[in-house]
Amino acid sequence: MFRNQYDSDVTVWSPQGRLHQVEYAMEAVKLGTATVGLKNRETAVLVALCKPTSELSASQRKIIPIDDHLGISIAGITADARVLSRYLRSECLNYKHSYDSTYPVSRLITNLGNKMQTTTQRYDRRPYGVGLLVAGYDENGPHVFQVTPSATFYNCKANSIGSRSQSARTYLGKNLDTFLDCSNDDIICHGILAILGSLPTDEHQSKENTAQFNITVAIVGKNQPFKILSEQENEKYLRMAKEKGAPADPPRNDDDDDRPSTSDQPDAGPRDPEVLVATEQRP
Amino acid sequence: MSSLGFEQFPDYQVPGVKHADFSPYESNGGSIVAIAGDDFAVIAADTRLSSGYNIHSRSQSKLFKLSPLTVLGSTGCWADTLSLTGLMKVRMQSYEHTHLRTMTTDAVAQMLSITMYNRRFFPYYVSNILAGIDKDGKGVVYSYDPIGHCEKATYRAGGTAGTLLQPVLDNQIGYKNMNLAASEVPKLTKERAVSVASDTFISAAERDIYTGDSVLINIITKDGIEVKELTLRQD
Repeated sequence: MFRNQYDSDVTVWSPQGRLHQVEYAMEAVKLGTATVGLKNRETAVLVALCKPTSELSASQRKIIPIDDHLGISIAGITADARVLSRYLRSECLNYKHSYDSTYPVSRLITNLGNKMQTTTQRYDRRPYGVGLLVAGYDENGPHVFQVTPSATFYNCKANSIGSRSQSARTYLGKNLDTFLDCSNDDIICHGILAILGSLPTDEHQSKENTAQFNITVAIVGKNQPFKILSEQENEKYLRMAKEKGAPADPPRNDDDDDRPSTSDQPDAGPRDPEVLVATEQRP
Repeated sequence: MSSLGFEQFPDYQVPGVKHADFSPYESNGGSIVAIAGDDFAVIAADTRLSSGYNIHSRSQSKLFKLSPLTVLGSTGCWADTLSLTGLMKVRMQSYEHTHLRTMTTDAVAQMLSITMYNRRFFPYYVSNILAGIDKDGKGVVYSYDPIGHCEKATYRAGGTAGTLLQPVLDNQIGYKNMNLAASEVPKLTKERAVSVASDTFISAAERDIYTGDSVLINIITKDGIEVKELTLRQD
């Protein structure tokens, strides 16, 4: 994206009808490590790749429980994610107190979307720089939602966001038809296999060495309150996933996360020249 | 409320006007007994909910499990009980989200006291007794007055038959007013605590009209909460 005169304010439209600030906010999501969400008939699963930013620090919490029936995994600015998760928790708690039942997932996400939208239309606010994958279970079954900084949200069968997530999305797309009828163990394995493709290529060879990367898995479903799996359960599923087999294609180097998201509208006139954004070093 | 009423201002009284007093409070009856041991806590409450001479329910539990190690027994005005326990549940879940752990019994005790005092000028008309296991694994009992004054104790009786039950506990658990040397005092076992609690309830049901039907007993240990039920007089 080319730095131009229309991109310093979120309240300024570009001649092509784009809000550049919002699109730049979406770029922030691609800076976070990958995370995957998928579901079968009665369980929704979140798998997140945690890479510590340095050898000295612990890795960031990628998966945040919100309520017994719902949890999120984040990619992007963690501080913004904290604020959103505090909001979601507060909403769920108030709903539970008033109505003695759990907040239906799609309504909660709509509520969140509405809140996030105000930040894209005020000169004194900025969009939240975090993408969320929401896994929840309510009386309509399991749900996986993707929420973006542009305040749009998608009800997904499965999805993946974050850095190098295209490989995960490809894996998910390939195996989509099998997910609904998977067992709970299998769906978790699929999630792990999907995310293994999002590891940086040099570490892919030493996949066996689990100390270099951390995978966090969380599940929620029928008779299963939202739970982040323990170390032992993680080990068990990692082994199970490896036995099932490596992903069919090795991770692609031409991961098109680097290219800016294309707009859906047909081009009315000359478009801004599209060049890689010069942001900080990628790991 | 009625002390500020216009009865105090005879000049304003109009003859023939009917002045109905509304009281926001109602006593729904019931009693609670809680006893703390070295590594357990026992809390028992009857299951009768009444209003004057009418019975609302014979099987309403007055014990609220706030966490795996903490149980709150609450009697008095049932509406206030529901409101207070609802508020406690919400605050405790909020705590769990922020601190990534369950609240300790002592923390719950303090929070309950603060919550009740916040309503100092329109109190919760509730007699609370909190029982559980503290962070050292010992049994604890906390008792409250309607505005949140909190006192840690080894045993406590509350509710409509509280004044009938407390002296019995003083004698049987505290060994008060007995010619017993300090060395002769036997250690309190779980079985004795449960049997004393049950017996005192049976006596209370005999004399207090608001207590009866059945008793629910929660025996709290670090391994969990065991529930026992005992039938009482239904009259």
